[in-house]
Amino acid sequence: MTRPPSTDRPLLRLCGIHKRFGDNHVLRGVDLDIAAREVVCLIGPSGSGKTTLLRCVNHLEVPTEGRAILEGELLGQYTHRGRLVPLPPRELAAQRSAIGMVFQHFNLFGHKTALENVIEAPTQVRGVSRKEAVGTATELLRRVGLADKADAYPRQLSGGQKQRVAIARALAMSPKLMLFDEPTSALDPEIVGEVLDVMRQLAADGMTMLVATHEMTFARDVADRVVFMDGGVIVEQGPPNQVLTAPTHERTKRFLARLL
Amino acid sequence: MSATRSDSDASVTALDDHVERRPQTTPAGVALTILRWVVRIVVLVLLIDVVRILVTSKTIEWGTVAHYLTFGQILSGVLTTLELTVAGMAIGIALGVILALMRLSSSLVMNMAASGYLWLFRGTPLLVQILFLYNLASFIPRVTIGVPFGGPTLVSSDTNSLITVTSAAILALGLNQAAYMCEIVRAGILSVDEGQLEASLALGMTRRRAMRRIILPQAMPVIIPPTGNNAIALLKDSSLVSVISMKELLYQAQLIYSAQFNTIPLLVVVCIWYLAMTTVSTIGQHYLERHFGRGTTRTSPPSFRQRFGRNLTSILRPGRAAEGVGA
Repeated sequence: MTRPPSTDRPLLRLCGIHKRFGDNHVLRGVDLDIAAREVVCLIGPSGSGKTTLLRCVNHLEVPTEGRAILEGELLGQYTHRGRLVPLPPRELAAQRSAIGMVFQHFNLFGHKTALENVIEAPTQVRGVSRKEAVGTATELLRRVGLADKADAYPRQLSGGQKQRVAIARALAMSPKLMLFDEPTSALDPEIVGEVLDVMRQLAADGMTMLVATHEMTFARDVADRVVFMDGGVIVEQGPPNQVLTAPTHERTKRFLARLL
Repeated sequence: MSATRSDSDASVTALDDHVERRPQTTPAGVALTILRWVVRIVVLVLLIDVVRILVTSKTIEWGTVAHYLTFGQILSGVLTTLELTVAGMAIGIALGVILALMRLSSSLVMNMAASGYLWLFRGTPLLVQILFLYNLASFIPRVTIGVPFGGPTLVSSDTNSLITVTSAAILALGLNQAAYMCEIVRAGILSVDEGQLEASLALGMTRRRAMRRIILPQAMPVIIPPTGNNAIALLKDSSLVSVISMKELLYQAQLIYSAQFNTIPLLVVVCIWYLAMTTVSTIGQHYLERHFGRGTTRTSPPSFRQRFGRNLTSILRPGRAAEGVGA
């Protein structure tokens, strides 16, 4: 189910991303291009830098070095007197609103119902009228199969339901790109499927997705490209069949062998 | 079923399909039960005696108490006490939130400024702060707003005209309260999972909006209970401003009894009013907690009446309440 990229310019371009936490060099120069409508799965052992890379895209972590570019626009930084300096919070916030993010631990707003979670950003950040936002949100909750849970608080939802609300919440901002940070890692095994189904549907609808995951079946079935990371660098990447079944690199082989 | 077991343990009764364990009566247990009843009776007698003293005492003069309970001067004192409490809490909460954000900020200057404020206002007695603020004029004669270190002046005013009895009282109570509110708000904010901020930022909210819309509302269940306690404490501590002749409840009573020499009846009036106000505040606090608890618990906590009813039951039937702690 490979879909050819629609334009030559990538939707997202990551150039030479480094991230250091003190002495801990987590990302050691990552370059990655993602085309519009492409689904890229990031795999790799814990601590390989998958999560940090995702968080560097929308500047939840500020990269120590390197640039993230969305549709030709540099994210989180601008050139001032020949040097790259951080963008003011308001501008950064505007850029972030075009990138949806789904977290491992859902991070639903606990004091708001499912519906209120979904309409919060459109009404507060985009200034969409409440009526219009409720209309969109109701449709999104229906899409993730939770139309009947609109008035439920997160505490009353199962993990899978929470994650599906979180996906609807991110989609409510009509993002150009969706980042998934191990979206099923905190879920009971029998619930994982319902979240993956929603993500499958999203991919089929043409959403550009960057997914850090341990779900190899999902990566094989849905991804256009699988990227294997280890030690803060991309070790190898390619179509799922190639990377998952015939990896060329020793480290990839070892990682995949451990999973089977 | 277990004949051998019944034989070996007298306190176990055998039935058709199960055995029941029975409580054992030991001399120590009997002694404890008797002791418990003796203590109860002593406490009850003491309580009755306190009530008897209150009711029959000649110095309390219940007629005088009844007369002054709704006396105009006292009522105006009650109103002033309430105003002081509301104004003090308003300043305390507003400044407390700002101080909390300063303490949580990454800026070292902000951090140190807030910490210094806390150190000063929590480390000195409120009574001293009230007196100090009231006499501020002799310390700082003029209050000037302008460019510091000899720059041009925008606004300048005589401290004496700014610091009246009322403004000194409100400011002292509010500034002191802010130091305590700061720590309450800070603890509340820290109790909210960091993922909430990250999710807000990822959706394109600014930090300020995330704080206002997402973090603070969820910090409320943690902030409200100690804030209620502080408000009740402030209600009572506002009596301290009587030393700068602020005409609140206690000072009004003092004015009356220093002329009439009916000290005890008027202090009883003062106590009754403070008790009435703190009782109402406690009930109000309970409903506030229930309101802000939504979404954080699966079921609503019991209403005040339900809770009161339960407590009453346990008071009336002491045996039941004591069962859990029994021998």
